[in-house]
Parts: sequence; C-alpha cells; structure tokens
Amino acid sequence: MTNDYGLINMKAVCWHGANDVRVETVPDPKILNPRDAIIKITSTAICGSDLHIYGDYIPTVQQGDIIGHEFMGEVVEVGRGVHNLKIGDRVVVPSTIGCGHCNYCQRDMWSLCDNSNPKGWMEEKLYGNITSAIYGYSHLLGGYAGAQAEYVRVPFADVGVLKVPRDIPDEMLLFISDAIPTGYMGAEFCDIQPGDTVAVWGCGAVGQFAMISAYMMGAERVIAIDRFPERLEMARKFAKAETINYEEVDAGEALKEMTGGRGPDACIDAVGLEAHGVGLEDFYDQTKQKLKLETDRPHVLRQMMVAARKGGTLSIMGVYGGFVDKMPFGAAINKALTFRMGQMHGQKYMHLLIQLVLDGKLDPSFVVTHKLPLEQAAHGYHIFQQKKDNCIKVVLKP
Amino acid sequence: MTATPGDRTNTNQGEASEAERWASLIGGGAMVLMGLRQGSLRGALTALAGGGLIYQGVTKQSTIQQAQEAIGMNKPIKVEKTVTINRPVDELYRFWHNFENLPTFMKHLKSVKVYNETRSHWIANAPLGNSVEWDADILEDRENQFISWASVANADVDNSGFVRFQKAPGDRGTEVKVVLEYNPPGGQLGAAIAKLFGEEPEQQIGDDLRRFKMLMEAGEIATTEGQPSGRQ
Repeated sequence: MTNDYGLINMKAVCWHGANDVRVETVPDPKILNPRDAIIKITSTAICGSDLHIYGDYIPTVQQGDIIGHEFMGEVVEVGRGVHNLKIGDRVVVPSTIGCGHCNYCQRDMWSLCDNSNPKGWMEEKLYGNITSAIYGYSHLLGGYAGAQAEYVRVPFADVGVLKVPRDIPDEMLLFISDAIPTGYMGAEFCDIQPGDTVAVWGCGAVGQFAMISAYMMGAERVIAIDRFPERLEMARKFAKAETINYEEVDAGEALKEMTGGRGPDACIDAVGLEAHGVGLEDFYDQTKQKLKLETDRPHVLRQMMVAARKGGTLSIMGVYGGFVDKMPFGAAINKALTFRMGQMHGQKYMHLLIQLVLDGKLDPSFVVTHKLPLEQAAHGYHIFQQKKDNCIKVVLKP
Repeated sequence: MTATPGDRTNTNQGEASEAERWASLIGGGAMVLMGLRQGSLRGALTALAGGGLIYQGVTKQSTIQQAQEAIGMNKPIKVEKTVTINRPVDELYRFWHNFENLPTFMKHLKSVKVYNETRSHWIANAPLGNSVEWDADILEDRENQFISWASVANADVDNSGFVRFQKAPGDRGTEVKVVLEYNPPGGQLGAAIAKLFGEEPEQQIGDDLRRFKMLMEAGEIATTEGQPSGRQ
C-alpha cells in the first residue's frame, strides 16, 4: 500500500435522483475477488452518457450509487489472482468490464462479456441476453461502484487494464478509457472507402474523436451536426469538420445539398437517447419520454435513416436504454441501410490508441474545457448538462 | 450405474423399440423431457436408468406422483435451463460430478457430502431460516454426457434432476442443460420449502448456472457485495 490508501473513508460522487449528485464520504473499496485491483484515481471525466443517469433516464440506478466510468490512476492494491500489475503502476481502465475468458472477450467483443454482470437476470429479462457490466452505470449493467471517487475497485484487473508511461499528462491518456475508443469504433463501423463523406451527429468528446478517426480511416469529408456554437467551433478547429447547426437550418436538407443530392455515405450517432429535435417532433418525443411511454428520444436515429445515402451505413454509438417510437423503418429497408452499433470494446482498441498518442498522431487533450476538483462534481454536472460556460468536457481531480 | 434403455430384456417389444428409437435419435435428454411432459421427471430418469420401468415412467405417472395427487398435495415444481460455457465437456462434467462442488455456485445449497459412488447427502437453506436435508442417489452416469439423480425415500424434499453436457457447435464450448423437479411436502414445513428456489425458481437456477459459468470461465464469481455506496 502506498499514499494514504488504507484510510477507511473516501470521497465519491453519489447519485440521489434527477439532477442531484452529491460528493459524499463513503467506505473505501475493498478487494472482493482474486482478480480485483484497487486504483487510486488521478483523473476521472464526466461522460455525456453520465448525463443520462444525471437526468434519471437510465433505469435501475439507485439512490446512493457511486457513478462515473471514464478514469485513470495508480494501482494501490492487487488481489492474489493479479500477477501482471504491481503497486505504483500507472493505468488507464476501459469503462466496460470484460472477464477476458468468455467467448465474446476472446473474440475481442469485450462489451458483450458474458461474465462481468453479477445481476444479469435483469438484463436478460429486458434485452434477452447479458452484456458486460459498466462502472457506475446502473444495476441493469452490473451495479458496480463507479469511478468518480478517490478509489475504485477494478474487477478482472489482470486483463484489459492498460499500463501507461509516467511522463505524459493525464489529459492525453484519460480518454482512452472511454471517449476515444467509442469514437474510433464508431468510425470503424462505417467501413470508410476513399472519397466517402461521413456525417457525425453530436460534437461532444465522442463525436470529436469519431470525426478525427473517420479522417484517419480515409474519409474525404466529415460533416458535424450540433446546435452549440462552441462545440461546432471545436469540430471545425480540431476535427477539421464542416458543420451544420440544426437549429439554424434543416440538417437533413443541408446534408443532401452538401453531398450532391446523394446523402452521406455513413452517419454516426454520437448523441443517444436525450437527442433534441426541433418543432412538433421534438415536442412529441419529449412528452412521450416524460410520460414514460417511450424511454428514449430517437431523433438522431430518425434523421440518420432519412439522410443517409442509399446503401449507406448507420453507426450508433450514442447510448439507448429501452424503447423508441415512430421509427421510419421503411426508409431503412427500402434504402438497404446497414446498422452497426454497440458499447465500445475498449480493450480491443487501447493498445492502438495509446500508440497514436505516443507517436504524436493524436492529442486528445483539446476536448477538456473544465478541470475541477472532485468536490465540485455537482457544479460540473450542472454546467455540462446545461452547456453553460462553454462546457464540453469536465475532468474531475480527486 | 450405466444401464441404458437397450439393456432391458423383459418389456413389451413394441414399446421398447419405440423408446429406443427416441433414445437413439435424440439421446437420453429426449426421454426425460418426454417424461417431464408426462408429469414425472423421476419416473423418466428411473426409466432411463433402470430400463424395465420405461413403460411406467414415460406413459404413466410415477407412483409418488400418483400418491401425492391422491392426497391433494402441491404440484411438483419443474425447472429447465441451459447455458453455454466456453470450456471443454470433460472439465465441466468432472467438476459437476463431484457434487460437493455444487454449493460453490448453487446459492440454496449449504453443503453436499458424498458418501460413495452413488449416494450423497444434501443440506439446503430453506426460507425463514429453515434448512432441509435429504439423501440422493445417482441414477445414471454417462461420462462426459449425462448425470441424473433423485432423492431417496422419505426425503424432506422429494427431488430429482439431471444435467446434460453437449459440445456446442464451432468453438463455442459446451451446452450445459439442467432439469430439476421437486415436490414440496404438505404442512407448515411444506409452505416454507415450496419456495426453496425463491419466488422464481427458473431465475434462481438461471443464476446458479451463470455462477457456474463464471467460475469455470473466469475462475471467480462476479460480485458487488461489500462495495461502497452512499447508502451506507
């Protein structure tokens, strides 16, 4: 043990209901299984999908749950089954938890792990199968304590944990935990061919990394869609994208015009279930969601299905929880669209991604707009949700 | 015990060949499932093991069943669940075959003590702090394929079951199928034991099999018990 680990109480961000998170003193995590490790967290981010929890759109989050899943830090304790990590190692940990030994992990589909969710019966009932657990992301997805805390327990730490060098700042490595592989996988799903135009809905961190990845994979043009000027500006400046503000112009029409009437070859959803639309359709979804008649607002999905070119691909990386309504499925079948989607397989991409960072080909730190002490998490959630103070990405420092 | 349907000598020829056809076509599992639909797993398992009892086991209800119905007891509770495990058949068969391993992943079991090749003693946690005990015998044991067992007479809970191991297609490991049946006894104890596997026996057995899979694949059973939260 090193540092101050071993004290009996730590600070952690606990969820207490819609738009209510509190930094509280809770017991330190303990080793519960042989393959566990305890990580002292040096940086943890608020992910856009944490806002779905914050807003109470994700079922089975309980009052008092510690949330957060994008993190890095230092190993302070390892279980007797972990032989490849030692105290003091600096690590980045993927947000989805994979056992490394089931059929899915062995085929590099880590977010589909059979064994990491101890409460699988819930998910089996709702989804028909069990997928991997995610730190701090509801009891449906395992009920593990999250990482917006001073310490976190990492199960199956002998697989999937990425050791990183000491001499690089956290902000260049942190997002290998979640946002970069999510964006990268979203672009990979598009099977990009030379000359392709890729449209990306959502200019948060995942959207930004999806745009950069799309260019790396050979896209000729990337078009970004959002409604906040500062996020569109970031997409132009750092991700070299052309942009559409969907509150100013009809995004579907604009995409058609920009692509010679064809529509984009591939569309990436980096928004998810809290998408905003305009006019009646948005009113319809907002109302149905509030009345619990649908769980998710599928505005981006609908727009992508109509906007994509014939034979195009929809790559869905935004999180959806349950049921969506009024999908233009006729467009999808008649236009022969390909749908690809999923939680990211972080363990599959992290070695490649850190190499890109080490080689100077990728500097992810540009997305960070706010660095706050962990104690100010509630403020961080508030400004991120309300898009105040030009907030795009908050990093919390325990 | 390694008797197979083909061993029997004194049954009606027509029915024996019909049963044999089923058995050879689909394997022992089909026989017991057929038995299950008829209402008695024990009868079917016994028939499969003993051969001579096929007619009674498959086409009629067992004597236990008949006796229970005569005095108006609860209907038997049957559960059937399958899981695919990414390990070879022989490894899973070996682990399961030592019944003393079962409490490591079956939550309702407190302990199992193996006396000899066929007989074992089981202690289960029943609701409301009760525990129930019984002796069970292995009825049929086919290496790397099938194990069936049933409680002996006068058990607290009359129960029977089988597990079948079958290679999954491709490199997907082994399909493990478990079928269980138990007859809660009458009276006050019966009311408590009726919930031996909880409100939803199907889910309990599903959870047990998932824990078995975790143990065999990951070497440990995933848990969040004992972790911190803001509730404490």
